[in-house]
Amino acid sequence: MAAKSTLLNMVLCLSVVCLICSALLAGTYAMTKEPIDAAQVEKTNKTIAMVLPAFEGDAVASSIEVGGVNYNYYQAPGAGYAIISQVSGFGGPLSVMVGVNSEGIVHNTKVLSHSETPGLGAKCQTDTKFLGQFQNWDPASRKLAVKKDGGDVDAITASTITSRAYTLAIANAVEVYNKIVEGGQTNE
Amino acid sequence: MSKLSLITKGFIKDNPTFVLVLGMCPTLATTTSAMNGLEMGLATMFVLILSNIFISLIAPVVPDKVRIPVYIVVIATFVTVLQLAMQAFVPDVYETLGLFIPLIVVNCIVLGRAEAFANKNSVVDSALDGIGIGLGFTLSLTVIGIVREILGSGSVFGWKFIAGDGILAFVMAPGAFLVLGYLMVLFNKFLAKK
Repeated sequence: MAAKSTLLNMVLCLSVVCLICSALLAGTYAMTKEPIDAAQVEKTNKTIAMVLPAFEGDAVASSIEVGGVNYNYYQAPGAGYAIISQVSGFGGPLSVMVGVNSEGIVHNTKVLSHSETPGLGAKCQTDTKFLGQFQNWDPASRKLAVKKDGGDVDAITASTITSRAYTLAIANAVEVYNKIVEGGQTNE
Repeated sequence: MSKLSLITKGFIKDNPTFVLVLGMCPTLATTTSAMNGLEMGLATMFVLILSNIFISLIAPVVPDKVRIPVYIVVIATFVTVLQLAMQAFVPDVYETLGLFIPLIVVNCIVLGRAEAFANKNSVVDSALDGIGIGLGFTLSLTVIGIVREILGSGSVFGWKFIAGDGILAFVMAPGAFLVLGYLMVLFNKFLAKK
């Protein structure tokens, strides 16, 4: 049965096991590194393609500071910007990617991560009526705030806080967009 | 014990969820839908089989006093391998299960089987034990997931048969306890009769 628990035996055994395990992990890491990176890039690209009109070539990542907060965004050639906007939702941070086209109109939005209540606030990922209203939203003519706050956004039933957060995320993204365009960083 | 009963005992007699009541954390947290339960069960089974095999192989040369650290290192290694592999090849599944994949390391089922079975049985028996307990765990999680999904979202495996919402509580944590409790009652009633 088991080897004697002498100091030498114990040290030897643990060292050998750790060595084998580290080698195994290093091997797996090396093998999976490429697919993991590829999967992540593909996911980001998919989301960008979802929130912006069709475009050629690759979206270029960069970031900008607006109001003391750093925003990451992707510039898609000829299509506009996909801006990642994070706000506090009902249950925690709510991260939304907002696509703003070159005319400054919100093309589409997509939740990246959230911790809203399942069945209530979590509907902000699936509720087509709620999400649909943001497609082709012109922030110049319609106010980005829920109706309760005097805006033009229909909130999700029983999830005003999430709806408010989602709307705020879009409003922030529009602000970021204006800042990007103002800053003359656009090549269009 | 026959080879076949090594596999089947995980379903009823040694069912990890309803009889041994082990690994409650993933059981309660990941069974919001049938699919999530199934995926979590399979992930745990993968680790269970590999760690059982490996531990039964090295058990004869591991000194008694350091066996627990050795087992944990082995289990943690397989969990990390699984985590990396899932991240690479099934990123969507990895995202849903999230934190609960690394938490398999501290799942008492895995260490429990290593300590109670794999370190004193042959490699083949340990592998079969891993498959048996793993299947039992997967089955239990899937059943809990199915019940919670039917009651909470009105669907099974994502296939919706009731329009609108179900009883919300069942998707959230309290529902997990309720469903687990009632299923345990049913399970034990069924066992007592036999």
